[in-house]
Formats: sequence, C-alpha cells, structure tokens
Amino acid sequence: MSDLAWLIPILPLFGSLILLLSGRRIGEPRSGWIATSYVLASFVLTFIVYLDVLSHDEHHRRFTSTLFTWIPAGDFSVDIGFLVDPLSLTMCLFITGVGTLIHLYSIGYMHGDPDFSRFFAYLNLFTFSMLMLVLGDNLLLTFLGWEGVGACSYLLISFWFTDEKNASAGKKAFITNRIGDWGFMIAIFLTFFTFGSINYAEILDTAASNQVLESTATLIAVMLFIGAIGKSAQFPLYLWLPDAMAGPTPVSALIHAATMVTSGIYLLTRVNPILADAASWVPTMIAWVGVGTALFAATVAVAQNDIKKVLAYSTVSQLGYMFLAVGTGAYVAAIFHMITHAFFKALLFLGSGSVIHGMDGDQDMRHYGGLRRLMPITSITFIIGWLAIAGVPPFSGFWSKDEILAFAWNESPALWAVGLVTAVLTAFYMTRQVILTFFGRYRFADARPEEIATAWETRIGRTVEMAEEIAAEIEKIQKEIGETQTEIETAKTHLTETQQAATEIDPNDDAESDSEALAEAVIKAEDQVVSAENKLLELQNALQLAEENYETTKREIEEIKSEADEESQQLDSIFDDIPDVNKVKEYLPAEVEKRVEHHPHESPWTMTLPLVILAGLATVAGLIQLPFSSTLKRLEHWLEPTLFHNEVHLTISGGTMWLLAVIAVVSGLFGVLFATFVYQKKRIRPQVFEKAFLADAWTIDRRVSNFMGGPGTRGFQAISSFDSQVVDGTINGVARLVEWKSKGLQKIQNGLIRTYAALIGLGVVALLCWFLVRSNI
Amino acid sequence: MEVTTTWYLVLAAALFTTGTVGVLIRRNPLVLFMCVELMLNAVTLTFVAFGSALGGLSGQMAVFFALVVAAAEVVIGLAIIVAIARRHPTTAIDDFSTLRG
Repeated sequence: MSDLAWLIPILPLFGSLILLLSGRRIGEPRSGWIATSYVLASFVLTFIVYLDVLSHDEHHRRFTSTLFTWIPAGDFSVDIGFLVDPLSLTMCLFITGVGTLIHLYSIGYMHGDPDFSRFFAYLNLFTFSMLMLVLGDNLLLTFLGWEGVGACSYLLISFWFTDEKNASAGKKAFITNRIGDWGFMIAIFLTFFTFGSINYAEILDTAASNQVLESTATLIAVMLFIGAIGKSAQFPLYLWLPDAMAGPTPVSALIHAATMVTSGIYLLTRVNPILADAASWVPTMIAWVGVGTALFAATVAVAQNDIKKVLAYSTVSQLGYMFLAVGTGAYVAAIFHMITHAFFKALLFLGSGSVIHGMDGDQDMRHYGGLRRLMPITSITFIIGWLAIAGVPPFSGFWSKDEILAFAWNESPALWAVGLVTAVLTAFYMTRQVILTFFGRYRFADARPEEIATAWETRIGRTVEMAEEIAAEIEKIQKEIGETQTEIETAKTHLTETQQAATEIDPNDDAESDSEALAEAVIKAEDQVVSAENKLLELQNALQLAEENYETTKREIEEIKSEADEESQQLDSIFDDIPDVNKVKEYLPAEVEKRVEHHPHESPWTMTLPLVILAGLATVAGLIQLPFSSTLKRLEHWLEPTLFHNEVHLTISGGTMWLLAVIAVVSGLFGVLFATFVYQKKRIRPQVFEKAFLADAWTIDRRVSNFMGGPGTRGFQAISSFDSQVVDGTINGVARLVEWKSKGLQKIQNGLIRTYAALIGLGVVALLCWFLVRSNI
Repeated sequence: MEVTTTWYLVLAAALFTTGTVGVLIRRNPLVLFMCVELMLNAVTLTFVAFGSALGGLSGQMAVFFALVVAAAEVVIGLAIIVAIARRHPTTAIDDFSTLRG
C-alpha cells in the first residue's frame, strides 16, 4: 500500500488544477466542496497507508517509492521519490486531517467572496506543497515543497491584494523567508558535497554511523537551523508571522499555525543524526533561541488588542517551545507538541475566525465582550482550546508542554525556568483573550473612545461656530449704531437749519402759510431726532445683550473643553463601565447607531463542525503520549525508528517529574487566576501590563523597517551600483578591448576570393610541412 | 620505360599546381572555374592511380562521388556567375569584395 504514497500529494494538486482551470465556472459552494473532498480523499489514503505501515515490524517501517528520476546529472541524481516512515506519516495525518477540517470551515467563512474558487485552488495547492515537503525522500524535494508552501503562503496572505496592507504583508513574509531559504540551500549544497547524495536514506544512515566530521555536521546543522527559523518564525526571522494575519483566518489556522510553520521543526527532526554529529553548542543554541523566542513572543501577546495578533504571537511562542524540545534532544516531545498545537491552535484560530465572522470583520477584542451567550458553540470550543494551550490537565496542551519542560529541566534548570515563565504568560494572555471576547459586558454597541473624542470635538466645534455667529452679529450692530449716530447728526443739523429758518422769517411778512409750514417742519425734524435717538438706545441695548451672550458662549466653550479633557482622561479606563455619552449623544458618528442594530450570530454548521471536532481532538490528543508508563508512550515507540537513538533519555527521577508537573499546573493556574483578577474582577488596571513598548513588539519590527528603509536600502543600492559599474564594467571593458584589438585582424577579410584561396593554400602547405616534420621523413 | 603509379602522381601534381596557380592569378570567373575543375580532376586522377595500384575498388568508387559533386558544384557556380553577370557590367572577380571586413 505504501507504493500509493505518491497519490497522497497528487490528489490535492489535481483538485487545485481543476479549480485553477475552471473554478469560476464551477461556482461558489461547489468548488469548496471539490477542494475539501480531494483533501479528505488524501486523508483517507494516508490513513490506509498508516494502517499498512503499522502492520509491519517496528524496524521495517521505512518505505521509499520512486516515481522517476527527476535530475540525472552525473554523480548528482535526484529522484521524485516518496519516503514513507512514521515521521512523515505522522505529519501527513495531521496535515490532511486538520487540512480537511479547515477546508470545510472555509466553505462557510469565505461565503460570498468574489474569489471563492481561487481561494480553494490556493488552499489545495498549499496542501500539495506541504505534503511534498514531508513526503519527499531527498532534501531537494523537501526544498521544492518548502518553496511551494512559501509561495502559497504569499498568495494567501495577500489574497485580498487590492488592499496595499495585505499585499505588502505577503511580500514581507516571502522576503523574510528567503533569508531562511538561503540557509537551507547552502545546507543542501554542503550535504551533497559531504555525502555525495541528498537522499535522506543515505545521508541519515551515513550520519547515524558517525562517519561525518564534526565541523561539517556543525555547518550543515547551523545552515538547516537558519532555514528552519525562517519558516518556523523564530527570532530574529519571526517578523513576518504577525503580519501574515492579513490573510483570511482559515489561512492563518492552516498555514500560519498548524502546518507550514512547523516544517522547520520537521526538518530538524528529520535530520536528527546530523544534529547529533554536530558540535554540542548547536543544540544548546537551538534550545536557547527557541525558549527566548517563546518568552519574547509571550510578552508581546500580552499587550495585543487584535484577536488574531494575540494568536499569532502565541504561535511564535509555541513554536519556540518546539525548538526548545528539539534543542534538548526531545524530538518526540517536539512532534507531540506540534500535533497538539496543530489541534488547539487551529481550533483557536478558527474560533477567532468565527467571532470575526459574527462581528462583521471587527478584530479588536476591546469591542467584543459577552459573546458567550450569542455564540455558544464558538465560545465553548474556544474555551476548550484555551484550557489546552494554558496547560490545564487533562487537556492535550498540558501533556505536551509538560514533557517539553521536563526535558528542559533535564538539560538545564535555566531553560526550564524561562519555559515556565512563558507558560505563566501563555495562561495569562489566553485568559485575557477569553475574558475580553466571551465574558464581561457586550461592548460592541458602545461608543468607542475615539468616537467619543470625535463627538466632543464636534460639540466644541459647534459652540465655536455659535460664538462666531454672535461675534458677527455684534459687528453688525456696531455698524448700525455708527450709521444711526450719523443719522442723528444729520437730523440734528436739519433741525437747527429749520429752526433758524423759522426765526429768520420776517413776522411782518404775511406769509402765514410759510411760518406754519416751517413750524411743522421743525416738529418733524424734532421727531426724527427723537426716533433716531430711540433707535440708538435700542441698538445699544441689543449690543449689550449680544456681548453678554458672547461672553457666556466663550465661557461655555472653555467649560466644554475642560470637560472634554476630563473625559479623555477617563477614556482609557472605560473598559467595563458603559461609557457615559449623554453629554455628547447627538454628536456621535452614525456608525454607533448602526452597531447597535448589529446582532452577532453563531456561524453556519460548516464552520462549527470543524470547531467541535478540533475541540474533541484538542481534549484527547494527550492520549497518544502519556508519561505514566513505557507502554503509554505510544508516539515515542511509533517515532523511534526515525530517530536513530538520538532521543535523549530523561535522567530525572519520577518524584521530580511529578513535582515539575505540579509546579507547571500551579503556575498555569496562577496565570489564569491572575488574568481573571485583572480582567474579570478588575482589581488591577490592565494598563499596568499592556505597555505600549510591548504592544509595539519591543519596537524591533519598527527598528528593522526603519533600518531597511534607510541605511539598509542605501547599502543595497551601493551593492547594486557596485554590480552595475564594477562587475558589469569589467566585463564590458574586456569586450571593448577585444573589439578594439580585433580591428587589426579585420584587414585580412578583404572580400577577395583569390586572397582567401591563397591563404587556404598556404595553410595546406603549412599543415603538410608540419605533418612531414612530425613523421620525420 | 614502364609507366608506373609515380608518373600518374606527378601528372596529377602538375595538373593540381596548374589549377592552383590559375585560381590565384586569373580574374575571369569562368577561367577560375575551369582551374577549379582542373584541381578536382587532378585529385580524381590520384584516386584512380592509387585505386589501380592497390587493386581495390574504393579508389574508383570515389571518382564517381567526385564527379557527382563536381557536377552539382558547377551548376550552382555557373548560376551564381550568370546572376552576377546580369547585375553588373563586369564579371572580373576582384571587383566583388562586398563581404570584406
């Protein structure tokens, strides 16, 4: 049956090709089902092969089947061949198993996306590449899969490529991975140089019999390690993984949590004989890089508000645990944690996807709260995932993490201590996430701090406008007062003139009518003066009123401003009380109203079914490797043939084991309780932990970006100009020299046939002479 | 005096030299052609001479190949000369040096 191994990766490839060629015609729900069924078929086939391999004797469980010779080139020959052994089968089982569930989930999650079928084509292509990576029987085939998953990761991170942010996140992931790929490539070259082959069976058997120089093995191991930290997002090449969350959530679950990012650990486990031959500082370095990354990422996860970012840093942290395990020689524990992590982290990611789906694409945990009642299945399964990752027995995460910690203690208590602190932090930030998302008050409809701040600004703006209106009115009144004063002046002059005219009239003159008319005019002028003076009085009153009004408005503005200042100081502490927005209610943006109308809903069954299955697996996966007796260590027995006796054996006593387990459980519970204390009981302000420095990931990412954007870019430009001027210049110079020198030779080609004939004749004669001289005649 | 192979070879060498000198010093393409034919025939003569001296048939067989090739070459060569003569007032071979470097 193991001859059929080649079908395992080919099935998803086939599905991918179908969808790439005619996905648009197949349409929305069906292309999803096609993709899912191909991965499911692959899973069934893997399971059959697994049963077949299981029926063989423990030491005859390595099968290779070669399809054809891919690159025959002298001594260097690469086959398209598949290596079926317990390690690759374990990987295949959970890749196809978890992959099927995530494909199924995506049918619900990607519903309504215009590029539905393209998504599934990529997802299937990814599954193919990942299976090639683990099933390939030589380093180059693994490298093929390695690049394939990198390309699919790029395609899926920037799946919604019309958004600049997503497109550049994809590029970042791809470019960061190239650095690791460089290490991997150098390792392949060195392997061929050393072993004369890149076939796993040959190099591992040779390395296992200690036929390699320590220095060579060290170099190969370090190069492979560089490859592994790129793909598995370890310090300092972890930078791309948090950004990779720009992709759709099922992608984060499948590629950036369960499968692709574990390929570094797979690779190191696969070549364990080389690691065993390397200098002893190599495993120590792997362990310290792993545990350091684990601690670092956990501290960053504490301060993230984006639900997926928390899980992203958590993934980096958990991968760090796996590296710790590899570094301490606990390959079984690494694979064990890889499996349990695939279950619970895929579960958590899919759960967060379900939450995001229900919350209209909002990813900020501060806006969630109280979703327990609204999304019962999602919340219960998420809580199981949380218990598993927090290391609460008997959930799977406890068993695998505990085993890694035991091996860390075995190696050095310092490693164990850092691992334990990480475990506490893990419990803390995961509890924080669960409480913020599922417990507490439903906060989605709340006005958000920035919205309230805008509302206050709008309110201040309106009042300022009012004050300006009053000021304009005051100006108008003042102008009118001026006009009225002139009017009074004119009226008064007119009055004096009329009065004068009245007195100057000769009384002897019999123009009675004139004097009467004049008297009337005087009265009229007097009236005018009086009315103008009345108007002035009125206007002055109005001015006084308006000025008073202006003063009040000014005072009001000051009051509102100081009020707004006070409110903004309280804004960051509104976490659990409903923000008081009565003072600015009518100024809030329209979105707030819209959110009040929104009702979060549980996701469709295609999404909840995978959640339930994964929750079940995350609960019981610990059963495959229980530490109580040697027969219960099933995974260890199963993987034994692939480890060439390089698995370290614990030298600590049973009592210490128990003590370590108890300490791990107690500290995990401490993390949980402490987070409850902070976020549920609110005894401590969360700001104490959520430092900006941590939220910014220790500013490393920003510093690297700044460096690469500034001096880095200039450095590369310098290299580029060196290439275009010095290197290209040398070559062009040589060409020009040859051209110049050949000008002389050109003269021989004079186009005259007889000259050519003569030259040929001379040449023949010369050759004949030479032959004659040589044969000594 | 017996006619030995050497005689034929000497004759062939004389013919070949005549041809070669002709090619080198004459300017008329038709004469040039005839000189080339002369050289070919000189070579053919050596084939026949060696063929009869060694008693094998391969020398005589080579003559047929040489004849066929010479015929084909003459056809193409004359066609080229005719084509040149139609386009140019002269056919003096030294006037055609357009392919010089």
